[in-house]
Amino acid sequence: MNHWLILPILLPAVLGALLVIAARHDALLSRVFSVASCVLLLVVGLVLLAMASDGSIRVYALGDWVAPFGIVLVLDRLSALMLVLTAVLGLGVLLYAIGGWDERGKHFHPLFQFQLMGLNGAFLTGDFFNLFVFFEILLIASYGLMVHGGGGLRVKAGVQYVVTNLVGSSLFLIAVGLIYSVTGTLNMADLALKVPQVPPADQALLQTGGVLLLLVFGVKAALVPLLFWVRGSFANAPGPVAALFAIMTKVGAYSIIRLYVLAFGEQAGEAAWLAAPWLLPAGLLTLVVGMTGVFAARSLGQMASFAVIGSMGMLLATVSVFTPQALSAALFYLLHSTLAAAALFLIVDLVAERRGVLRDRLALAPRFAQGTLIAGLFFAAAIAMAGMPPLSGFLGKLLVLDAVRSHPQVVWFWGLILSTSLIAIVGFARGGSLVFWKSHALEAAAASSRRPAPVLPFVAVGGLLGALVVLTVAAGPVNAWLELAAAQIFAPAGYIDAVLGTATGGQ
Amino acid sequence: MEIVAALTVGALVAIGIWLLLDRNLVRVVLGVVVIGNAINLGVLTAGRFGSRAAAFVAQGEVPLQAANPLPQALVLTAIVIGFALFVFALAVLKRTWETHGTTETDRVTALAEEPAPDLPETPLRPGGPA
Repeated sequence: MNHWLILPILLPAVLGALLVIAARHDALLSRVFSVASCVLLLVVGLVLLAMASDGSIRVYALGDWVAPFGIVLVLDRLSALMLVLTAVLGLGVLLYAIGGWDERGKHFHPLFQFQLMGLNGAFLTGDFFNLFVFFEILLIASYGLMVHGGGGLRVKAGVQYVVTNLVGSSLFLIAVGLIYSVTGTLNMADLALKVPQVPPADQALLQTGGVLLLLVFGVKAALVPLLFWVRGSFANAPGPVAALFAIMTKVGAYSIIRLYVLAFGEQAGEAAWLAAPWLLPAGLLTLVVGMTGVFAARSLGQMASFAVIGSMGMLLATVSVFTPQALSAALFYLLHSTLAAAALFLIVDLVAERRGVLRDRLALAPRFAQGTLIAGLFFAAAIAMAGMPPLSGFLGKLLVLDAVRSHPQVVWFWGLILSTSLIAIVGFARGGSLVFWKSHALEAAAASSRRPAPVLPFVAVGGLLGALVVLTVAAGPVNAWLELAAAQIFAPAGYIDAVLGTATGGQ
Repeated sequence: MEIVAALTVGALVAIGIWLLLDRNLVRVVLGVVVIGNAINLGVLTAGRFGSRAAAFVAQGEVPLQAANPLPQALVLTAIVIGFALFVFALAVLKRTWETHGTTETDRVTALAEEPAPDLPETPLRPGGPA
């Protein structure tokens, strides 16, 4: 048994508990532990990535209970990729938060570790109900992080966030119940075997369960009819938490990719490609709503939130094509948009911290400290998010446009992606020129008596933008790797074999 | 027996949604709890009723009459999670009451929302942490 697989869950779980018990009153100690945990997670993630790169699927049977009865963790290329992305993002966000945010409320570091634990677990698990449990873990941690620091607007947004996700969790549970009642299994690989055998009389229950699940993942992934929580939550959450939430939306996307190819894919008989007819229009609508929102936003925070919505729409519309080529393009865009959105949220927070009561609203205000540097960073992040050359957003969009070329709805794809890009560019230009350019002409605030700004937040933002540059430069090898990952997803027999196979299982 | 359970689930969900749509946040949270319990009952029903035989498997024998123990285990997990979330929701509710002095959704919105940004004359309200 390969024990590396459990580490991404165990490490933050142990560290989180330790932080609560031992380091509750010691700010320095908890920072040291927290950073150490994130660095270790990155190392573990890279080791797992190297393992998964050989193309075999590794299975970890918890308690050594065999697959359809026990809970398994499964490591394939997609999971390894998501683990590394989470670790990179987690480290960047944590470094930013150490610049001061972590002391504005209690228990920031333990909640952060539990959030990472939930994310890693959701990416690794091969069991359906276990996915629900890890969703709950990451949600409970995120509820705490969401209201971190308090304040009227934030508590109001927090209530909305909590109620929305509680209802979402209820739907998840009833969907699990429906699917279990007709297939009799909760293991994802076993589910893939059982779904084609479901008799026509039970198809209604099965498909209702499948579509309810899509609804749940759609809530997480900010799909069109279900995205109303996003703007308030992202724009009012503490800056670093909003940046971390950039990967939360991707958990929804990951679950959709995993489940609807494996269990409701082409083998699934009557329920084949259950998600596709819903996902395509919802994704394209989300793209339009998001990018239009960038244009209509009242503050930089809302602008970043709508940019996340738009990028999720583009991602899921591309996923809904359900071909290996489209999926690999979507994964590239997923990597890019997560890092870019996180950087953007951190930059918005840098601005909001420096403008007093105006915060990040789109209004003229006197110059603020480090204004030029922050303007430069915003420029880079906005270029990335809008998908302009030279950063990786452009490559991502190019790959997506190329991948949907033979799709029957190609006109919609090309038309909407290209026109919304333009809207987003204009939106970002409007925001940037108002907050940075025009404000620059005003008098600086009277002798800013601020302490010298902490360096760490800039290191964090620079690091995330640097990761985007690396992604751009290494686009060739990354894309080749992602194509292999997509091919692995679209060969569910390998996954099923690895989990349930007696010959190769439990290696 | 299953039909009774199914109808109960339906009625409870209806009550829950009705509570969710209320203007008072206390009722909203109660609605979430009612829906959560309805769904627990639904999942429990998915494991069949009507048997008191324990799900022990003797060698070479299939316990046809036994109820399915797995949904019961799932519901136990869900109940524990549900309790924790209920407590957290109440905590946030308490905080809302302390911050805004009301739990009516409309009034919280009126108190917390920022004024429109294109009206620079209106006094600005700090949006961030107090």
